[in-house]
Amino acid sequence: MRRTRHPLAFASMLAVCAIVLLPILALALIALTGTGEDWPHLVSNVLPRATITTAALIAIVSIGTAVIGVATAWLVVGYDFPLRRLMSWLLVLPLAVPPYLAAYAFGEFFLFTGPVQTLYRAIFGFRTPQDYWFPDLRSTPGAAFTLICVLYPYVYLTSRAVFLMQGRNIADAARTLGAPPFRVFRRVLLPVARPAIAAGVFLVLMETINDIGVAEYLGVRTFTATIYTTWINRGSLEGAAQLSMLMLILVVLLLFGEQAARRKQRFHNVRATQVKARRPRTKLTGWRAGVALSTASVPVLLGFCIPLWVFGRYAWRRLEYLLDAGLAKAFLNSLLAASLTAFLAVCLALFMIYAVRLSRSGPTRLVARLAFTGYALPGTILGLGLLFALARFDNSIDAFARAHLGFSTGLLLTGSAAAVVLACTIRFLALAESAIRAGLEKLPPSLDQAARSLGHSPWRSATLILAPLLRPAILTAFVLVFVDTVKELSATILLRPFGFNTLATLVYENASRAKVEDGAVAALLIIATATVPVILLSRALAQDQEASL
Amino acid sequence: MSKLNTRSRIAACAALIFGSLGANSALADEVVNIYSYRQPDIIKPVLDAFTAETGIKTEVLFLDKGLEDRILAEGQNSPADVILTVDIARLTTAKDKGVTQAFDDPTVNANLPAEYRDPEGHWYGVTKRGRVVYASKDRVKQTSITYEELADPKWKGKICTRSGQHDYNLGLFAAAIAHWGPEKTEQWMKGLKANLARKPDGGDRPQAKAIYAGECDIALGNTYYVGLMRTNEKDPEEKEWGNAINVLFPTFENGGTHVNISGAAMAKYAPHRDNALKLIQFLTSHKAQQTYAEQTFEYPVEPGLEPSEVVKAFGSLTSDTLPLAEIAKNRKAASEMVDRVGLDDGPSS
Repeated sequence: MRRTRHPLAFASMLAVCAIVLLPILALALIALTGTGEDWPHLVSNVLPRATITTAALIAIVSIGTAVIGVATAWLVVGYDFPLRRLMSWLLVLPLAVPPYLAAYAFGEFFLFTGPVQTLYRAIFGFRTPQDYWFPDLRSTPGAAFTLICVLYPYVYLTSRAVFLMQGRNIADAARTLGAPPFRVFRRVLLPVARPAIAAGVFLVLMETINDIGVAEYLGVRTFTATIYTTWINRGSLEGAAQLSMLMLILVVLLLFGEQAARRKQRFHNVRATQVKARRPRTKLTGWRAGVALSTASVPVLLGFCIPLWVFGRYAWRRLEYLLDAGLAKAFLNSLLAASLTAFLAVCLALFMIYAVRLSRSGPTRLVARLAFTGYALPGTILGLGLLFALARFDNSIDAFARAHLGFSTGLLLTGSAAAVVLACTIRFLALAESAIRAGLEKLPPSLDQAARSLGHSPWRSATLILAPLLRPAILTAFVLVFVDTVKELSATILLRPFGFNTLATLVYENASRAKVEDGAVAALLIIATATVPVILLSRALAQDQEASL
Repeated sequence: MSKLNTRSRIAACAALIFGSLGANSALADEVVNIYSYRQPDIIKPVLDAFTAETGIKTEVLFLDKGLEDRILAEGQNSPADVILTVDIARLTTAKDKGVTQAFDDPTVNANLPAEYRDPEGHWYGVTKRGRVVYASKDRVKQTSITYEELADPKWKGKICTRSGQHDYNLGLFAAAIAHWGPEKTEQWMKGLKANLARKPDGGDRPQAKAIYAGECDIALGNTYYVGLMRTNEKDPEEKEWGNAINVLFPTFENGGTHVNISGAAMAKYAPHRDNALKLIQFLTSHKAQQTYAEQTFEYPVEPGLEPSEVVKAFGSLTSDTLPLAEIAKNRKAASEMVDRVGLDDGPSS
């Protein structure tokens, strides 16, 4: 094998990482300028609780999404019941609902003034909150519930894919040895699916850590919320940067934990493409079919239908907003920014993953992993770091142009939407990477090694052999990043130029003056814009996988 | 389709997208660039009037987290001319971070009483808003109240508010610290926490909704939201919330009702300094003050100018005389106190 190429791959990957790590380095510099005067207050009054709250939130959300994601995936893959085909893609839809919109919708629906509790009071004749007990949404479990309802599709998608891929060979082997179906699932299919499930849960984990919308709206004081109060209410950018650094260290530890757990298990399905027959589904009838159908419907009702209903009601009174020029422009901006971000993120992720696959060296792996820490940072904080870094860059270019060329370039990046696209690319690179890596790990290294041994260059063997096989994974990566960019709010708000609104910033502008209702049309458009690719993806994947098996 | 073809198509698409995303130049002449904590729709009527009068176009960038930091990062190339904020502490923060510039203009100074502008000329008040008590028309009989009384156990389980870490509440708590000192304020905040009906959440409007639904009897809120609710033709249920409450003007003993300002400042590197000055002159002018009063139901800062009829129906406001600078100064202490007391954890813990 030609090793001479590897230093080049490593060097160019370093360059990519430098861009990706730019905001974090800028934050580190800001953190170093701090005096540490915020810490006595933080340590004695805030951090102990925030740490416990965050840990509890992460634990509940991880377990909840794992259980719901795996259970629903297994239901639609392993069993046959009425509307199964429809449910199998409906279950992905909550992915289209941004967590901050879900929190608002759940608040409208489940809190004291919402229909659920109003009905409850009407039935039992209660009047004030002191008359009865009702689980409070404004709590750590409440926030976890909200996050689970919109984040479980990450686990559902990865586990469904892996359940569909494991052809009948291993399951059949277990069946012929006399194991009943559920035992086959528990003892054979589940362990094999574990890396895929873990990958999905890991994405959920990162989304939970970087969330600020749900925590803020439901008044849950997480670590991230603490960064915000330190920065906004106590005016300490340095203190906030220091807290962010501390959080990043914890995230890096998590990253390595995940990687260590992953290393022990590697499943390549050498014969994946040769399996012709799909495992037959167990057919459910009567009440069993009813139970299966309702189990699969609950997550969709909660994570998709309730938000749709809440915003749909407000939007119905404001249909004329659809003709608003600002809305159309915001819609186009969202589409453009999301497509461009998804394209960039997929390219970068492919590049980095392939570099790791080629070199398999420790440092390359390490650098590649570090580049994905951006996902765990709350958007505003990442945006802030990037803002300082990019503005420094812009101002240096401008100073150079003024001094030597006699004209001003102004703010090249921070003055344009390029900053928004860059921020989202850095933020969501981890999503693209995780989707593509999951696809690549299923392909045995012998495939491209064979191509290499026949004398093809790394580039040729990648485009010739791997790229076609990776098509579903690349599509998944593109859609995931696209959808998350459409939903992205906090970095966009901080970095956008004059006159550049996305659908999400329109909703936020209205929310900020306590008029979320006026943003309802835009909110529905976000959900719709994200829903379309999610449906297309889900169907394409299901067909692709079912056809190939 | 050949590979080359696909590739060149992608390249063309990328070029097109990059082109259309490119800098929206806000640097043309006769324009004033505004970085605003206030949502564009709220200030639009006033800005439209400004453009009609002067021919200067306005560009608004709404930004409520990191506005000062953005100007700081942009440095000398920052396009910002004017900063609009909703809270005195935001104005002083902008000044302290060094992203504003001082000016001394006879027109503005004549428009504004001294208590509503920075002695050094860095910031200028534009509107006033009172932090008042919304009280259930059905269940609360008393017609006056003090801030101190909010900690009285007779209100146990009956008070609603938004987060204690929100600007509007921090302003009130900072004023309390200035009036009562930190120890007494902390005792009071503990009493307030014990009286809460539920965990603080939502904006000010949902507090009125909560009273309407019977979740609580009184709530903290800003004056203008009541006007906005009572005149909301789009969502009739909001009218019901607005009409389910009375506005009580709580006072500090030997003082009045806590009043905060929304204000304007000139950005340090304002590229259109003259236009920025014209805008601030306009915002403090009689015409703009009247528009604010009628459209947003805030109190004008212009002496002698009456608020709108809707607002007059609340009763009369006696503004607290505490200097605004005192409130801004105590804000950090207030924010730490909210954490220490655990106000945002709600009544139970």
